[in-house]
Amino acid sequence: MEELLKILEELHPEIDFRTHEHLIDDKILDSFDIITLIAEINDEFDVAIPAHEIIPENFNSAKALYSLIERLKDED
Amino acid sequence: MKRQTNILEYLDNIVKIYPERIAYANESTELSFQTVYDNARAIGSFLHDEGKYKEPVVVFMKKHPDMIVAFLGVVYAGCYYVPIDEEMPKHRIELIFQNLNPGSVICDDTTIESVKNLKFDGAAYRYNDIIKHPVNEAALNEIRDKSIDTDPIYIVFTSGSTGKPKGVVACHRSVIDYIETLTEVLEISENTVFGNQTPLYVDACLKEIYPTLKYGAKTYLIPKELFMFPIKLVEFLNQYKINTICWVVPALTLISGLGVLDKVVPQYLHTIAFGSEVFPIKQFNIWRKALPNARFINLYGPTEATGMSCYYVVDREFALDEAIPIGRPFRNTEILLLGEDNKPVKQGEQGEICIRGTSLTLGYYNDFERTAEVFVQNPLNTMYPEFIYRTGDIGKINERGELMFVSRKDYQIKHMGHRIELGEIEMVVNQMEGIQSAACIFDDDKKKIILYYVGEASKADVVNFCKEKLPRYMIPNFVEKLDVMPLTMNGKINRLALKERYLNRG
Repeated sequence: MEELLKILEELHPEIDFRTHEHLIDDKILDSFDIITLIAEINDEFDVAIPAHEIIPENFNSAKALYSLIERLKDED
Repeated sequence: MKRQTNILEYLDNIVKIYPERIAYANESTELSFQTVYDNARAIGSFLHDEGKYKEPVVVFMKKHPDMIVAFLGVVYAGCYYVPIDEEMPKHRIELIFQNLNPGSVICDDTTIESVKNLKFDGAAYRYNDIIKHPVNEAALNEIRDKSIDTDPIYIVFTSGSTGKPKGVVACHRSVIDYIETLTEVLEISENTVFGNQTPLYVDACLKEIYPTLKYGAKTYLIPKELFMFPIKLVEFLNQYKINTICWVVPALTLISGLGVLDKVVPQYLHTIAFGSEVFPIKQFNIWRKALPNARFINLYGPTEATGMSCYYVVDREFALDEAIPIGRPFRNTEILLLGEDNKPVKQGEQGEICIRGTSLTLGYYNDFERTAEVFVQNPLNTMYPEFIYRTGDIGKINERGELMFVSRKDYQIKHMGHRIELGEIEMVVNQMEGIQSAACIFDDDKKKIILYYVGEASKADVVNFCKEKLPRYMIPNFVEKLDVMPLTMNGKINRLALKERYLNRG
């Protein structure tokens, strides 16, 4: 989780990602961020997020994103 | 054949042929050519009856088919439209208003509050009110009679190196020249269904707006949110049977890079035009494999030459270390490659891409000084006045005789499909309390804007400040605080040293 928070904070240092739960709905993350996140998650966690998982529900909070990463790791 | 001198002739003509067909739409609204025509003429009549003529009219609305109708309405009034988007930062809008001092602004319910908070002497009109205005046929006819093809139709603002955005003024003649040749190259017809990606406040949207009117085609404005969620984006293309797109490269690589084309293919798509940045071949090949029968067209051109100036229809395979050419100029446009000595370079040598032709815009609004820097006398012609536009881009001709883009001459960069002067970001950061010095560099490999600064301000404060003042695509992607700024012998910021520091950051 800490690694993920670090990636997120580098994108948006002004946001508290521990508590924020509407990153998409509140337009905090945009398409630039999503692409960056997918690339950096791939580097850091060695997890490729498949296209069908790139949906708003998985990106609305750090928690949701982290559980996606965990889930994808387990599937390997 | 009567020669066309006004872009509105496209609409006047098509409304007689396809009055009931849909011209512009989004996921919830559909506007027929008849509706576009009636509402645009109502707006034109309203502005005329308010005494507006030959002046800028700001159109400040959320991205919506109505916004295009407002553009056309402004032109019916004999004025020129200045598109502003709700997502532009307030500071940028203020700078644009300072430059224009607009006498009128057309807004909608989502923007009217923001307009009220802006400083200007003019009036604000609500779109839904002014489309009810009765059409003043006599006035519209008189305006048309007096119109000539070098009258302006719009001003779009681009990034400027001193921090002041530059307003590029385009006229009927340059837009007609562009639309006529662009639609030939793209093979547009009445069966074309466009999926628009670019914002309506940049010249890129000309590619959809006017060909739609010329042929009776259809344009869907794609919701911006879909460009985060690529599967939904492709589903949208399929749902509305979109067959033609003119997108910036990052929007296309979003789809190919995430493996979407393995799962779902845009099945109606047959024409894919792209531009703004170099298309990475690996990504490009994924697209070509998924749509082997589609035409892929690389477009290149600056806002100052109305839209696109060069094109290349992909006709061969490319190796991963190759670049797709920008090809050849559009009909009625000439490209000059000039060396440092202002003479044409030899075959294979690099030179500045300079553009000659009717497609040149009129220059920058209310800014003769900066206009004169780049709209210059053709150095190859010493006999009579003739302007060329110096793009500041470096190009060369390859062994096949095709024009290749090499790089930018200065600090102007292309990022996420937008043209950015790094100096503008620096200027904004330098305005902030607690900042002593700021410098930007660009990581060309990872496409990131890097900001270094010296001062007491925290990183979060700097980013927040940038967010207030700059559009999203200009916000630095990596920010670092320094104790001292490295300088060159001349006392300038040493950008090479910053680049090294960035590359060695561990």
